[in-house]
Amino acid sequence: MSNGPPRDDSENTEPDRDIFDDRELQARRDRLASNLAKLRKRSKSEEEGGSTSARSGWGLAVKVSSEFIAGITVGAILGFGFDSYFGTSPWGLIVLLMLGFAAGVLNVLRAVGKVAEPPKL
Amino acid sequence: MAQDPIHQFHISQLVPIEIGGLDFSFTNSSLFMVATAAVAGGFLYMTTANRGLVPGRMQSVSEMSYEFVANMLRDGAGSQGMRFFPLVFSLFMFVLVANLIGMFPYFFTVTSHIIVTFMLAMLVIGTVVVYGFMKHGLGFLKLFVPQGVPGVLMPLVIAIEVISFLSRPISLSVRLFANMLAGHITLKVFAGFVTSLGALGALGVGGAILPLIMTVALTGLEFLVAFLQAYVFAVLTCMYLNDALHPGH
Repeated sequence: MSNGPPRDDSENTEPDRDIFDDRELQARRDRLASNLAKLRKRSKSEEEGGSTSARSGWGLAVKVSSEFIAGITVGAILGFGFDSYFGTSPWGLIVLLMLGFAAGVLNVLRAVGKVAEPPKL
Repeated sequence: MAQDPIHQFHISQLVPIEIGGLDFSFTNSSLFMVATAAVAGGFLYMTTANRGLVPGRMQSVSEMSYEFVANMLRDGAGSQGMRFFPLVFSLFMFVLVANLIGMFPYFFTVTSHIIVTFMLAMLVIGTVVVYGFMKHGLGFLKLFVPQGVPGVLMPLVIAIEVISFLSRPISLSVRLFANMLAGHITLKVFAGFVTSLGALGALGVGGAILPLIMTVALTGLEFLVAFLQAYVFAVLTCMYLNDALHPGH
């Protein structure tokens, strides 16, 4: 131990130690794996919970309003395009604006989680 | 001019380039986009160049960002979603670094322009549409047909679902853009109060403490928003990619 390099020490003088080391190593590896699995599970649940709690009121306001406005905007653009293409003004705009309104409401309800999402695979 | 809260979003040409009558000038926005990509790429490269099994402080920051996005993607789109990891990670790092660079005084915030965020959102939705049709063919259209809807209502529901899908890139881009724009304007307005009150003499200087405190608090909030918006952008990207991977509800 005192004179030889550490490599000699483990190879020659103490063959028992090798087995002990292996067993020890295996045990440590198992412990590490179970710890990691625990950590993974926890971080996953933390993230799911955190996504709602960490969201500030301001963030929620921008999120919901952007969803709603986006629906109406798309409806208006589609309606305007439909009208100018087929010359049916103003009916396309009227109908698609209302559909856009409905889509905006659907977006908002989805954003705040009031619509049951399909189970994720 | 110095107190104009909109002035910070002004685009100025640095190198005027014109090709075929179109303006391709290298602007301050382009400069900061290049800087964002360089900082993000350079940081990741430098911190992982001399990597060890036991990570150093900077290396663990890189590894944490990897783990963070990878977990997000696995949760949002399943393990199949990992094939989109390069896209999601690049988007997350670009938005995050662009938001953080924008926090420096006198720097330009790339993500406060809707055309930039809209193109990022179109990149996501384009990937979803192209990959969805490539993988599922016309089966991708099942995305627009919810289960358990009576046949009479089907056309109406499908129309609403289609509009809802088309509104995604808009809401995605508007959210990021509005947050950055509004945050920077608020910050500038409150900071402007400090100087204009300070010019009013001793009483004004005393009163200027209030907006100064507000500015400090808002700066902290803006850092939170910068991170949160990059996170939200990446999470929504994962959700939309999930639709491309598993369209049949």
